[in-house]
Formats: sequence, structure tokens, C-alpha cells
Amino acid sequence: MTTIDSKIPQGELKDKWTNYKNHQKLVNPANKRKLDVIVVGTGLAGASAAASLGALGFNVLNFCIQDSPRRAHSIAAQGGINAAKNYQNDGDSVYRLFYDTIKGGDYRAREANVYRLAEVSNSIIDQCVAQGVPFAREYGGLLDNRSFGGAQVSRTFYAKGQTGQQLLLGAYSALSREVNRGSVKLYTRYEMLDVVIIEGRARGIIARNLVTGQIERFFGHAVVLGTGGYGNTFFLSTNAMGSNGSAAIQVYKKGAYFANPCYAQIHPTCIPVHGDIQSKLTLMSESLRNDGRIWVPKKKEDAEALQKGRKTANDIPDEDRDFYLERRYPAFGNLVPRDVASRAAKERCDAGFGVNNTGLAVFLDFKYAIQRLGKDVVAARYGNLFQMYEKITDQNPYETPMMIYPAIHYTMGGLWVDYELQTSIKGLFAIGEANFSDHGANRLGASALMQGLADGYFVLPYTIQNYLADQIQVPRMSTDLPEFQAAEKEVNDKIAKLMSIKGKRSVDSIHKELGLVMWDFVGMARTKESLETAMNKIKALKKEFWSNVFIPGEANSLNTELEKALRLSDFLEIGYLMAIDAYNREESCGGHFRSEYQTEEGEALRQDDKFSYVACWHYQGEDKDPELLKEPLDYEFTERKTRNYKE
Amino acid sequence: MENTINITLKVWRQRGPKEKGFFETFDLKNISTDMSFLEMMDVLNEQLVAEGKEPVVFDHDCREGICGMCSMFINGHPHGPDEDVTTCQLHMRKFKDGETITVEPWRSAGFPVIRDLMVDRNAFDKIMQAGGYVSVNTGGIPDANAIPIPKPIADEAMDAASCIGCGACVAACKNGSAMLFVSAKVSQLALLPQGKVEAAARAKKMVAKMDELGFGNCTNTRACEAECPKNVSITNIARLNREFLCAKIKD
Repeated sequence: MTTIDSKIPQGELKDKWTNYKNHQKLVNPANKRKLDVIVVGTGLAGASAAASLGALGFNVLNFCIQDSPRRAHSIAAQGGINAAKNYQNDGDSVYRLFYDTIKGGDYRAREANVYRLAEVSNSIIDQCVAQGVPFAREYGGLLDNRSFGGAQVSRTFYAKGQTGQQLLLGAYSALSREVNRGSVKLYTRYEMLDVVIIEGRARGIIARNLVTGQIERFFGHAVVLGTGGYGNTFFLSTNAMGSNGSAAIQVYKKGAYFANPCYAQIHPTCIPVHGDIQSKLTLMSESLRNDGRIWVPKKKEDAEALQKGRKTANDIPDEDRDFYLERRYPAFGNLVPRDVASRAAKERCDAGFGVNNTGLAVFLDFKYAIQRLGKDVVAARYGNLFQMYEKITDQNPYETPMMIYPAIHYTMGGLWVDYELQTSIKGLFAIGEANFSDHGANRLGASALMQGLADGYFVLPYTIQNYLADQIQVPRMSTDLPEFQAAEKEVNDKIAKLMSIKGKRSVDSIHKELGLVMWDFVGMARTKESLETAMNKIKALKKEFWSNVFIPGEANSLNTELEKALRLSDFLEIGYLMAIDAYNREESCGGHFRSEYQTEEGEALRQDDKFSYVACWHYQGEDKDPELLKEPLDYEFTERKTRNYKE
Repeated sequence: MENTINITLKVWRQRGPKEKGFFETFDLKNISTDMSFLEMMDVLNEQLVAEGKEPVVFDHDCREGICGMCSMFINGHPHGPDEDVTTCQLHMRKFKDGETITVEPWRSAGFPVIRDLMVDRNAFDKIMQAGGYVSVNTGGIPDANAIPIPKPIADEAMDAASCIGCGACVAACKNGSAMLFVSAKVSQLALLPQGKVEAAARAKKMVAKMDELGFGNCTNTRACEAECPKNVSITNIARLNREFLCAKIKD
């Protein structure tokens, strides 16, 4: 039986990271120049890692599928980034940020990882300010904070509603500086298609030049994946159109464990679906829940009138409005964590109280905030979000409440990594959303940016040296080695096979079908039966894809349909992994809700005695179910409680 | 509730940077006015794929107006006729039933066409690499609140920083100038105490790179500002000129 070593350092929680850094191996400056590190992805994690490794003196090769590193989907994060600065003097501390994150993750994250995350959070803010990130400030010139779900303190730093953009541009500028200094070489419009393993270690990648269609080989002493999450398995999500889980599946098939794939976050505040040609769902920042109040009608006849268009929101008097989050969760109100808010919206809509013509929406109302603060203050806080909402829906949120509904947003699951962020393949690291490490079963708002930058700026640049210190004697390898040739041939064979199918279905039509299966059967509420249905349907869909997809054009040229097909082939694998993991996990925790396991009040019911582990899935071959390995989650420092946002 | 329109699309097709391009015309029926412009393009491409043809190639990614990847020149305007939006946030309700819509790529010496509506904006990365940063390494940084920054200054820096690097300013400019893009970055960093140290040198390096890459001169037509989806102001260009002049005087 394989045992899983998470390499958590000894000592008290607060000493672990310091102890690790004090005793880890380092690489001296002269040797750094001789070591090549491949970083795939240029989002917050990828760009910050590439820039930091370049600044240290490593020779970095950095890849992205977009035309520029600045396009990575981190750019779309709106609300903010958490840090335990306690600038507001409201009782925040590293421990409290750690505790909120552990609790928010429903006690399914590693204590040591989360503590480290909270510990380095403050340095991130310092770093970003030094780069020229224009965070919001108070009149005295000091940094401003706002509150986010799952916390009772204000610890979220923000830059208007464009925090992700500003943080990414900060990392991108640091990266640009390293490109100028020659320590980082950028490969834009390149897509990784496989990892190359030599004698058990990751030694390079095979990538497709998306402009020429050429397949190329790249060597690295180590490979770092900052390739993001796999939310687009659902077709409709808040992710960018190009976001994909392919790198994760490629390395999973080479032996890297895929951890907790079923933990997917459904974000409560997205613009509802409008039609079947819809290509993506737009998120409305969680920060809106600071001042917006969420409600549905108390009376079913009002809900029906709203659905039929006979009444508008403003026709419903205050006493007939059910502010269900404030009613159910008095202590946190509209600022409950995302999973709780999403399920509560689904519960109301399933009970027939939903609004919009579909009945699948709830109101997010700023009337009260405008009364309390004035329109100008609300506009200053949320103006750009209101404008975006109006452009999409043609409705003015200053006058009529927004309509929102949950949508897939983020995946807490991902590649299994140890404390050093190394996967189960030596020399292969995963950072940011691509790994599974810090959010447990549910991520708190404003923590994704924190984790991406923590990994890239302050964790990986240390831990990777502990690995690379042993590699200084390894010379750069030729990409003519048989392992490179074999990996390239595998990629070429897969592409040739896809091109030769010449079936009747477009890639998107199959992807949309997969998305509906995921939403209906592996979505916000899952059951044993729904998951069995999902697994059967995904198997059938995989067969349909491999026998009936049609890809026009040539493989050795720019071909956007081929790019999508390659990604979809991997989404089909991930969809199955999500379903099998959800099927195995007979409990409800965080973003994973099994209808069989709930309290009388409809809250998630964990089964700590049976499922307090990280589910690590180990690939066993085509059309075979993966093997389940378990990393036990021992809580040494925190008492596991039922999450309570009521009092 | 749902309205639909029929439209005729004239789309620029071009196989590669060196090849001759042409307009191809398509008729699309029953397009929902709730669709975004790119969703309408998806409908077109699904039709083309169903006919065994290659889809129209265009850049797009986040589809929420922030990544700066989408880049179409629609009816004579970068990002189309609506105000303050990128193409992905443009909706079909802005067009009339029976309308003919012309879609072209960004046209500028600095942005060669890759295929159809996709252009190469690598030049923007190169300008950034020339100096669009504050020279700090990771770590060893003083506390974030060590230097107070007046709120109006921070807000002004934020406005400049809201540039998404889409290139609409270049596409809108008759000279193909990248001054709005360059000035937005120079301004953001020059306004903040952290970036002030290198402000003059930064302006000089970024302008030199811009000139080298074949972008034209600014003649104050203000077309860039009018078409910018993020409302980046040309006062930034004035600030860039000031920084640039300072740098030249020091030389």
C-alpha cells in the first residue's frame, strides 16, 4: 500500500514554516544560473513564481496560452485579497486568518499549509504596494479594507472592483522586468500538451505553438504548473473561455495524484443564465454582499407574478420580502461563506420562491444601502460592477435589484502536493488553483488571490530550492532523448486520432452536453444515484466524443477547434474524476453537498470519523477506475466543529 | 420577452500575415438581442463547422471585459458602437434588425494580422519589458503602510492602471500611435512614490521602444480616449510628455 508523505515539518504550528526555512537546502548564486525551471501559466501563481525565480537567478522558461501573460484569468478577480495586517484594529491576527480559513474549508485542509498561508499573507500586501499596485486608500493615505464572507473582521485589501487585475499587472510587471534582464524567456500562445519524465523525474514539457501548430520540446530541471482550475468542465462557469484542466490531467496520467476533485465552488452571486447559446457566466463580486441585501418574496404568488413578468421587484413591499440569509444566519447574515449562500439560494428557488422568468434567480438589493449611504458612496464602491451588470442585462441596479444565481467559479481540488508544493512526481510542482492544498472543501472570498501569490512569491521560491539543490550536478539534457521523442509521439498520435474522426458533432456541442450532465448530477446537491447516472453518462459521452467529433482545418496550423477538442478530451476525464470522488465521499462538507448527509436544518453534515482524509486519485490506465489513496488529515491544533454561522 | 434580429455580417478573412485578405458575407437569422457579440460569433462558427468549414478566428478569453484579449473593429469602431465596453461586453441589442455589420481586425503597423480577426500584440509586451515596472525583487519590502499616499493620488493612479492592454487606442488612431497605452503605465507608476524614483528613465525607455516597434506619433486627435473601453484619459499623455521632457533635459 502506498503511503502518502505530506512532509509537514515538526514543531508547533507557528514554528513550522520558520523551521522549514531554517533547515532547507539552498542553491548558491553561481549554480542557479545553470538550472532551468519551466513555469507553465502566467496567472498570479505562475507569473509571481516565474518573476521571483528569475530574480533569484534561475533560468526560467514561462509559458501561456494567451497572447500575453497579462491575460491570465486571475485578471478577472474582482473583490480583493485577504491579509492578517489588522490595520483596522478589529482583532485580526495570523491565527484568526488561519482559523477562518480552516473553518471556512470545513476542516478538510492541512493545518500546516493554511497556517503558512496566513503567515505570508502580510508580505504579499507589502510586495504589491512596492510594485505600484494602486490599492484603495483612506483619506489619511493608509490602506483601506472591506469585509468578505466567512470572516468577522475587515481584512480584505482591494483596488476598486479590479483587484485581480491590479495584482496580476503587478506580477506581470515584475515578470516583464525579468524578461528584460534575460532571466525569464516567455513563450506566449504555447499550450503544454504533456510532461516529460526521465528516470522518475519531471524533466520537461511538450508544447504546441498555437500559431504554427508546431509541436515543440522543452527541457527543465524542474517543472512548475500554475495552470489554474478545471471549472470549465461545466462548460458554463465564471472561468475564461480558455481556462482548462489539461495540464493537470496530463500529469495525472503520468502518475501525479489528483486530490479531492469533487470540491468545486459554486459562487452565489453570478448573473443568471439567459439562454442556451450562452457562452459563459459573469460573476458579480462577493464584495457586493457587504452592502447588498439578498431576498426573495415571502409569498409564492408574488414569486409567480415576478416570474411571469406581472410584477417587478419594486412592487413587493418590505414586509413581503424574505431576507433569507439574515433570517437563517443572524450572526453572518449576507456575509455567510459562498457554499452556504449558494445552497440557501438553491433551496429557495427549488421551493418555488425564485425570480426571473426562469425562477432560477434571487434578488441582490442595493435600495437599503443607497438609503443608508447615498447613491454616491454606493457608486464609488461598486460603480464599475453596476455598469458591467447593466451592459449585460440592460437593467439599472441603482433602480431595480440585481438578479443573481449560483454558478461554478473555482475548484478547491487539484493536483496533490506536499508541504513543498511538489506533486507525487519528483521535480513537478503545482501552485495556485492548480493544486489542492489550502482551501479544504470550500474557499473563502479573497483567498484565491492570497494563495496564488503566496505560492508564487513566498513559498515555491523557497521549497523548490530544497529539490534543486540536489540537481546542480545534472547538466542540461538534450531534447533528443528517447523520453522526449516518445512523449512527442504520444501527443502527435492523439492529435492525429482526433483529426481523423471526422464525425458529425462540433466540440462545443459535446462540451455543452457534458456541462449539463455536470450541473444536473454533480452540481450543488449530489446523491448516490445522481453520481451513478453522471458516471454512466460521462462514459457514454466520452465514447461519443472519440467517435463522432468533427474538427475542421489542419493540425499543423493555427486551429482553434483542435485546441478546444484537446481540452475537452481532458474535461471528460475530469468530469468522471469529480463524479467518482463525490460518489466515494459519503458526507457533506464545504462545496461538496450530498443530499443524504444533512442536518434537520439542511446544513452540511460531515462524517469526520470516516472521511477526514484527502482523497488522492491515482491513474490506473485508460478506461479503468483510478485507485483511491488516502492522506489522513490529523488535526493537532484545531478542534473540529460543525460550522456555525448562525450565532 | 426575447427579441430576435436578422443580420448580415461582413467579416474579414485572412489566412496569414503575408496573405491577401477579403471580406466574406454571412447571413444570420434569429439572433437573440440578449446575446453578446461574441456569442453571435459563436453561432456563426457553429454554423461554419456544421458545414465542414473552418471557423472565423478571433481572440477572446474572459468574456467579462477585463482580460483585454478580444479585439474586433466593428462598424468602424474598435470594440463596436457601444460606449465603455470591450467587444465581449457588447450586446446584440445595440444592433437593428436587418443591419449589415462589418467586422475587421485591429489595423496597425504595430499589430500584424495572424489570421482573420486575430492580431499579434506582442509589441505591447515588449514596451512593458523596456521599463513598465518598479525595479523591486521579491521580499525585503517595508510595511505596506510605511508610506501614506493621498487618496486622490492613489485614485488617479488606479484610473491610469485600469488600462487592459487591448490595443483599441492604437486601432483607433490614424497614426497608429501607442501613446495612450504607454502613458497610462508611465502615469500610474510616476504618480506613486514607489514608482517615482525611476519615472523619467522609465518614460524614456518605453517611448524609445514604442518608436522602435513602428508605432506612430501622437497628434492629439483624442480618438484613443474616445474609443478606450476603460476610459483612460489623455491627460496621461500630457504626464508622459512631462516625464519624457524631464528625462531629456537631464541627459
